[in-house]
Amino acid sequence: MTASAVPLIWLVPALPLAGFVVNGALVFAAPGAKRAVSAIGVGVLLLAFAVALAAVLGYAGAGGGAPEVFTYWSWMAVDKLQVAFALQVDPLSCVMILVVTGVGALIHVFSVGYMYEDPGYARYFAYLNLFVFFMLILVLGASFPVMFVGWEGVGLCSYLLIGFWFGEKANADAGKKAFVVNRIGDFGFLIAMFLIYQNVGSLDFNAVFAAAPAALAGVVTAVCLFLFLGCTGKSAQIPLYTWLPDAMAGPTPVSALIHAATMVTAGVYLVARCNVLFAMSPVASSVVAGVGALTALFAATIALQQWDIKKVLAYSTVSQLGYMFLGVGTGAYAAGIFHLATHAFFKALLFLGSGSVIHAMHHAYHATHSHEDAQDMRNMGGLKRWLPVTTVLMWVATLAIAGVPPLSGFFSKDEILGAAFARGQAQGIWYLYWAMGLAAALLTAFYMTRLMLYTFHGPNRTGEKESGHLHEAPWMMTGPLVVLGVLAAVGGALNVPAIVGGGARLERWLAPVTSAGAALLPAGEVSPGTEWTLLGVAVLIAAAGIVGAFRLLDLNALVPARSAPAETGFARVLARKWYVDEIYDAAIVRPVVWLSRRVLWQGVDQGAVDGAGVNGLARAARALGWLGSRLQTGEVGFYVVLFVAGVVVVLRAALR
Amino acid sequence: MYDHWILTALLVWPALGALVVLVAPERAAKHIALGVSLVAFALSVPMWWRFNPSGGMQFLQNVPWVPAWGIHYAVGVDGISLFLVLLTTFLVPLSVLGSYTYITKRERGFYALVLVLTSGMIGVFVALDLFLFYVMWEVMLIPMYFIIGVWGGDNRLYAAIKFFVYTMLGSLLMLVAILALYFHAGARTGVYSFDYYQILRASGDLGQAAFWCFGAFFLAFAIKVPMFPFHTWLPDAHVEAPTAGSVLLAGILLKMGTYGFLRFALPFFPSVGMHPVVQAIVITLALVGIIYGGLVAMVQPDFKKLIAYSSVAHLGFVMLGIWALTIQSVQGALLVMINHGISTGALFFLVGMLYERRHSRLIEAFGGIARVVPLLAAILTVVSLSSIGLPGTNGFVGEFLILIGAFQTHPWAAGVAAAGVIVAAAYLLPALQRVIYNPLDKKENEKLLDLTPRELAVLVPLIACIVWIGVYPKPFLDRMEPSARQFIQSVEPHLPAVSASR
Repeated sequence: MTASAVPLIWLVPALPLAGFVVNGALVFAAPGAKRAVSAIGVGVLLLAFAVALAAVLGYAGAGGGAPEVFTYWSWMAVDKLQVAFALQVDPLSCVMILVVTGVGALIHVFSVGYMYEDPGYARYFAYLNLFVFFMLILVLGASFPVMFVGWEGVGLCSYLLIGFWFGEKANADAGKKAFVVNRIGDFGFLIAMFLIYQNVGSLDFNAVFAAAPAALAGVVTAVCLFLFLGCTGKSAQIPLYTWLPDAMAGPTPVSALIHAATMVTAGVYLVARCNVLFAMSPVASSVVAGVGALTALFAATIALQQWDIKKVLAYSTVSQLGYMFLGVGTGAYAAGIFHLATHAFFKALLFLGSGSVIHAMHHAYHATHSHEDAQDMRNMGGLKRWLPVTTVLMWVATLAIAGVPPLSGFFSKDEILGAAFARGQAQGIWYLYWAMGLAAALLTAFYMTRLMLYTFHGPNRTGEKESGHLHEAPWMMTGPLVVLGVLAAVGGALNVPAIVGGGARLERWLAPVTSAGAALLPAGEVSPGTEWTLLGVAVLIAAAGIVGAFRLLDLNALVPARSAPAETGFARVLARKWYVDEIYDAAIVRPVVWLSRRVLWQGVDQGAVDGAGVNGLARAARALGWLGSRLQTGEVGFYVVLFVAGVVVVLRAALR
Repeated sequence: MYDHWILTALLVWPALGALVVLVAPERAAKHIALGVSLVAFALSVPMWWRFNPSGGMQFLQNVPWVPAWGIHYAVGVDGISLFLVLLTTFLVPLSVLGSYTYITKRERGFYALVLVLTSGMIGVFVALDLFLFYVMWEVMLIPMYFIIGVWGGDNRLYAAIKFFVYTMLGSLLMLVAILALYFHAGARTGVYSFDYYQILRASGDLGQAAFWCFGAFFLAFAIKVPMFPFHTWLPDAHVEAPTAGSVLLAGILLKMGTYGFLRFALPFFPSVGMHPVVQAIVITLALVGIIYGGLVAMVQPDFKKLIAYSSVAHLGFVMLGIWALTIQSVQGALLVMINHGISTGALFFLVGMLYERRHSRLIEAFGGIARVVPLLAAILTVVSLSSIGLPGTNGFVGEFLILIGAFQTHPWAAGVAAAGVIVAAAYLLPALQRVIYNPLDKKENEKLLDLTPRELAVLVPLIACIVWIGVYPKPFLDRMEPSARQFIQSVEPHLPAVSASR
């Protein structure tokens, strides 16, 4: 290879940015030009993927390993603070740009079919292109501030796309909630940057990581915990996960792209990127792994009792992100990134598949002017008759996420759980994290099978008239599903572990990035015998979840949503998501608003400062003036009395 | 040549223009005013290149005015005031253009006052003689009083008088302090002069009096900023003022407070201003402004009042940046002063445009209008994002520099201020949602017209600046740096020894 494509890396984000600019102009100039919008919107993504692929191949061809930094211009430069607008190509960012542009391109193609009838078509693609631009900046940025540009930028696009159908208050509310909750996390990111700069004097990744062992030793736990606060916002972990289920208000391809495959994994990427820092702090690592395991389990319990097909997938995403954090918190950085990639395949597939289900349901209800909920699984059932392709592909994804060998999810999930178990030898708490992860795996297999059974199997509950209008999606939509299906099935090949004869390719590819962190961790090797046992347990757990769902769920007892009875007891607690939204509202949102309105504004501002202070002074001045005016009575005798009194006072003072 | 007459020209030209406007036909007034202000802007632009980043005070002009009392006509700009002058000449033509349909009565008087105000504002930023400074300070007070009081909303008289009394209270005390400095410097050196540098040199050994003089300056500037608890004139003045008044009030007049601290109060009395107790009080008040301003903004039913309270928060950042006294935080403060003029100015223009269409500023009067006025909605979104400091916009660069700089000397204060970033999203995004998103459920909103070419001409330059400063702030930062450094040096020896600056 003579001319490497690596220096063309700037084109990868620039292409979607150009797409945003052109499509954004079309929103106002020619919103009806849908063919042009699709050509540009999808075209820039395909081109970006091609350039990314060429750049990655060029990078790998040149040996790979060492990061290549491309600096474009000086962004914020004041004294020692020198932040340049720079992109970095290294093994980790290579993986990320391929996932983002690859899965992104597939979802863009799907969107052409899914959104074509929408009046906001041009606006949709403008936002989607802008999102990809910011996501690429996030993963390519060579410093914390440049990454932060992407970090908040994807949040903005998420806000715009969740509230895409802003005519309904619930959608606009969901978008706002996502942004504000994410800002809480961003606060953590900011403080972490300040701490790093204070101690290192730089915010460039390579400088920080090189200096970290010496310069950051005293504050590394604080740095990591603040960074992780950012992660809990962006990647929807406890306690900031509540925005993600609401985010399902956006169009379904958006859920697939932003809220499953790419943006929400940014936190995992951040931890993997900062592996040196997290490895330096056992406390922070344990918090990351613990919160990840807890979130994985907690979100899985909620997914058990959701009826909205997208809500199930949303909580499933929260849960799977928990796995990734368990992985990177454990120090299995490659395993976390591996699960990030396989999850991008199978979860994007699940969301897009649910998209074609919703598409079909929506058409059926639309054709019959029915107002039933097109996303409620109680209105579905038996859809495999009408949507055979979608059914098969979603089963592939379901088995993958459940961890059935040899599908992709089996390898990536098993590697995380195996690493957690191995770390238990050094720190016993990890056995607990491992057990939580295992329990979550059981629930995952169960709720995913439940979703499949309720949606595609058993009797149909859509309605007599309506079911006649159900149909499989056009090829524009099923095509991307097929590609994702293949990836979800064989994606495990990226990183087949040595014990089953694989080469752990992804792990070796990422080693130049992760080795610095890994070197700081306690060695955790388990014997081949233990490893085989763990594999066996994982398979058994997956099988138990699937079989359990088949045996426990009675498909014939289900009734359509409108006539379904309300849940009772514990099922109700799960269906209402453990009441976390209600608790946040009562404990935080309402008190803050009350404080602001009643105390600060009406009490302090209008009452104390303006009422007592400013206008009070004005009243006092007026009173004084009134007193003065009373003195001017016009009666000479009164003046004489005052005059004499004055003279007496002055004389006394003078003669003392 | 240019270097010698430019500041004088910028001072005189708008005032002359005001005279022409006064005698011109009523209908031509706005066009003349626009022409005059555009010429002023065109005149000022070469300063951007002529300004030597490594030099100190430039474009100097100094001639005796009243020699008997040591009063000089002395003007000049450095890296601090250069951008405030340019911001003024930039915002005035936009304000005039933005008033074309808003002001329908007594147009001559209105535009003449705007032009007089322009001279006054520029005068405040370029004056290097304390007498001249004080005159200019008062000169800009009066036109603004009339702009609010005559062309304002229903409660305009209350607002105008409140604005006037508040500002007057501060400026009278400042006059006393200026005179005290004048006589002190005269007594010490034998030369009675209002010259800035003369007084600066002599202000070092005021003793006890320094405390009172600083207090007087502090009150005058703190009211102008405005700092909590001297801020309550601002919401009233903003709500009642016509659009151009609000834009100039927020964009320029508020900066006179922070400028005053940078140019006068702190260099004159560093040992008082940077006394640990004073420092603690000011930083606390700045933080109160950031959080309190944001929280109160969050519950405002009136969009204009919301923006007014958000100004209290933004200026709180500036105060924090100045008192944290690191090179990043001071430069960030200078940048936020510019940014606030651009972003908040644009927000006031947009609210004014909404008001012209709907005759209401209440947030609840709108809803779902993104469907009817997509262009206005898109621009309102961009401007709001800049105001809440989204990276890639100007707002982020300024606040980031302040916070990262302040964190070096005052980590806890920077931490609290960074929480203001959350509050900012919590007050502006819900308002944005209730105006442009949600169901389009009010009949009056169904027929709103989108932006006209004239309105676009007002907003597009502001958007361009939002992106420019957000992506490539270097030309600004480079020109500011030497002056920011000099400011820090002039104040720093009086800092307590514990603080190490980076």
